[in-house]
Amino acid sequence: MTERPSRITAETPWYDLFSRGARDWLRHNQKVRETVKSRLPELLAGGDLITHPENRTVLVPVRFLEHARFRLADGSARSGAGQGKGDPGQVLRPAPGRDERRAGAPGSEAGEVRFVLELKIDEIVEWLWQELKLPNLKPRRSATLDEPDYVREGWDKRGARARLDRRRTVKEAVKRRAMQEAPLAFTNEDLRFRQLVRRATPAINAAVIFALDVSGSMQEAQRRLAKTFFFFALQGLRRQYAKVETVFLAHTVEAWEFPEEQFFQVTGDGGTAASSAFRIAEDLLAKRYDPSRYNAYLFYASDGENAPDDRALAAQSIAALAAELNFVGYVETGGAAYASRVTQMAELFAALKDKDLPVGAAQLDSLEDVWNAIRAFFREQGAAAA
Amino acid sequence: MNEALGAYIEALERLAHRLGLDYHPVDFELVPATLMTEIAVYGLPVRMAHWSFGVRYIHQLVRQSMGHSRIFEVMFPGDPCRAYLMDGNTLAENTLVAAHVLGHADFAKNNTLFARFHEMAGGNIIEMAAAHARRIDRAIEEFGLERVEAVLDAALALESHVDVDQPLHREPYPARAPRPKAEPKDAFRERFERLPDEPAPEPPAAPQQRPPLPPHPERDLLWFIAQYGPELEQWERDVFLSVRAESLYFYPVFACQIMNEGWASYWHARLLREADFLPQDLYLSSIKSHSDVVRPFAAGEQSALAVNPYHLGFTLWEHIVEQHGLARAREVCRDEDDFGFVRNYLDRDLAEQMDLFTYEGRPDGEVRLARRDLDAVREAILAPKFNYGAPRIAVAELQTDGTLRLDHDHAGDGRGLDAARASKVLEYVHRVWRRPVRLVTVGGRQEPLELTA
Repeated sequence: MTERPSRITAETPWYDLFSRGARDWLRHNQKVRETVKSRLPELLAGGDLITHPENRTVLVPVRFLEHARFRLADGSARSGAGQGKGDPGQVLRPAPGRDERRAGAPGSEAGEVRFVLELKIDEIVEWLWQELKLPNLKPRRSATLDEPDYVREGWDKRGARARLDRRRTVKEAVKRRAMQEAPLAFTNEDLRFRQLVRRATPAINAAVIFALDVSGSMQEAQRRLAKTFFFFALQGLRRQYAKVETVFLAHTVEAWEFPEEQFFQVTGDGGTAASSAFRIAEDLLAKRYDPSRYNAYLFYASDGENAPDDRALAAQSIAALAAELNFVGYVETGGAAYASRVTQMAELFAALKDKDLPVGAAQLDSLEDVWNAIRAFFREQGAAAA
Repeated sequence: MNEALGAYIEALERLAHRLGLDYHPVDFELVPATLMTEIAVYGLPVRMAHWSFGVRYIHQLVRQSMGHSRIFEVMFPGDPCRAYLMDGNTLAENTLVAAHVLGHADFAKNNTLFARFHEMAGGNIIEMAAAHARRIDRAIEEFGLERVEAVLDAALALESHVDVDQPLHREPYPARAPRPKAEPKDAFRERFERLPDEPAPEPPAAPQQRPPLPPHPERDLLWFIAQYGPELEQWERDVFLSVRAESLYFYPVFACQIMNEGWASYWHARLLREADFLPQDLYLSSIKSHSDVVRPFAAGEQSALAVNPYHLGFTLWEHIVEQHGLARAREVCRDEDDFGFVRNYLDRDLAEQMDLFTYEGRPDGEVRLARRDLDAVREAILAPKFNYGAPRIAVAELQTDGTLRLDHDHAGDGRGLDAARASKVLEYVHRVWRRPVRLVTVGGRQEPLELTA
């Protein structure tokens, strides 16, 4: 009946060459990345960001992309044919309870699979810089910032064992063996050592001091805005400098240094004396971050209110800082209620700006302002450094 | 294992021929589970690259890892048929699967719907799909991934929107409408057309220069866009027609699923029963697998919100063979698709015996058993199969400015479209059509709703 017999084979593993499913899955992920990229600012503003420098990724939960088809509306009210015992009207599946529904994550349909996209902070910042069209910062050009360092330069036949260049050595041996008859495998003449030379290199260290007003008038939402701003300011600087050291200061009438994890949780009561934080900053510059060796930055977030009797002290202190630092940024997270009034801090910074010191100030009322502030700061800093 | 399986398959085929099965030769191939997964996802072993398959792939992997889905066999009708068996299955399972495949092969050669598509496409879908995939790969090289993807976004979104009654290679509409033939006048026709004393009707107006495009609502969307898209490039038309060809190939499988799986199950059960060459223990484990496949719902469950096509088809075929004989069953196999099969052969006794019912879900997620009425049950089984499982959407008009107007037959479907998804599809289409695309449907309160892109 059949013209030729059926065959059975078990070889030809052409399908093992590559996985088509994996190929298309990777392409899907690439598309997700692009989508995420275009919506990055809002996405990042929403979630809690991980700011630890050693943990250089952000986890963004995303849904699968859906390839849309024409479908009838209201697919949730299902009906269909089934099989089994029971009488009309009998409940086959109870409505999911409130707990179950909550467990199913907000807005998730039954069986929906989500996955978590791991984004590198560097990658995000790269996208942002493209998106916001921000300039690359230049380290301060100054002879005092140059520090001598050993750099590799050239090879020699003598040197420390630790700097033996094996690749070069083998090359030499190969060349020699090609010319000799009955050659030795290696001789002392083949050895090549890397050499070091002392040269002045521009300092590429940076120190960033974040100061936050945690007095009673700063609300949770305001601290959050400040945090988002600080995060991106820091990422922007990390893009530029090989090594960025951070210090976190919080102040009420007094100021303290905090580790980063605690910094944004700190709340305080009572009055505000910005000068306390500025004094610590001055102290830090003198002891830890010598401005001749560090590109130093200060970012200060506050609701703008400061004790009237602290005004003179704060003004003096911040003016001294601004003269030493690469840049001083001030963000006012006052909320809309204060928007019409010019606060003491805002006045202070306006005065510094008039004196042509490298400072910038911005008002943060919403997450959108964070992006404007970031953009403004990096433009100004770029201009200030040029 | 391979030699043993090969020997069993040979013996099974001899037995099948003796029992009157008639099929194109079948090439069996033992493949790893990974390929089986891909075939389940793509529908074919080699198919065009598109990101949407990647999503399905992950869903499939998740389902498999949760143990919800296990693939035993895939079979591609053609000449020769291609059957893929999983190399991780036991010999007993694969023997059962091979017998099952022979049932499919017989069905595919003898069923009229299958035969028609086989004749149009030639019996080598796998090579055809691989050629499509290769052409699309070349297009990606030449025009870039983004552009090709945009075309595939649109074409694959409209995958089910083909006219299955049209040939694979379909001619464009005639350039002008055929002139109505002058009827020969006779006394009867005169009397029939007008009453006495009525004035003679005006002669029909001269036919329009250009008939409207399309001359009738056109539901072959893939073909229409490929044929009449004002700004499509040749390779883009080619992509649409490739997707259409594959879609047409899948249609008989879709439209005969209950019959086909039932027929294959009937034959694997019968072949194994009559295969005296199988060792006793192998027969037993095969039959165990058989009962796992054709059971109505998972062990431990009281009911299922779905009808297992294997179980339904198997039960119907056993009944038909018992009541009317094998010759009659083969006629049914030749003439019907699932619509005719379920409506003509699922009777009250069988529905009761199988405990079939219809159910309705409420928006809060509660599901109740609705009816046990035979007509309702039949229609509920068939409802997801109408119009290739897709909403009824047709091209209403190609306007002179190039606007593509689509109409949704919301009266026929009973409700409007999911507007968000429909807009997305229109966007896909618009990127390829490059002129405005409009779709008319109804909203939640049956109010007219026009979507545009």
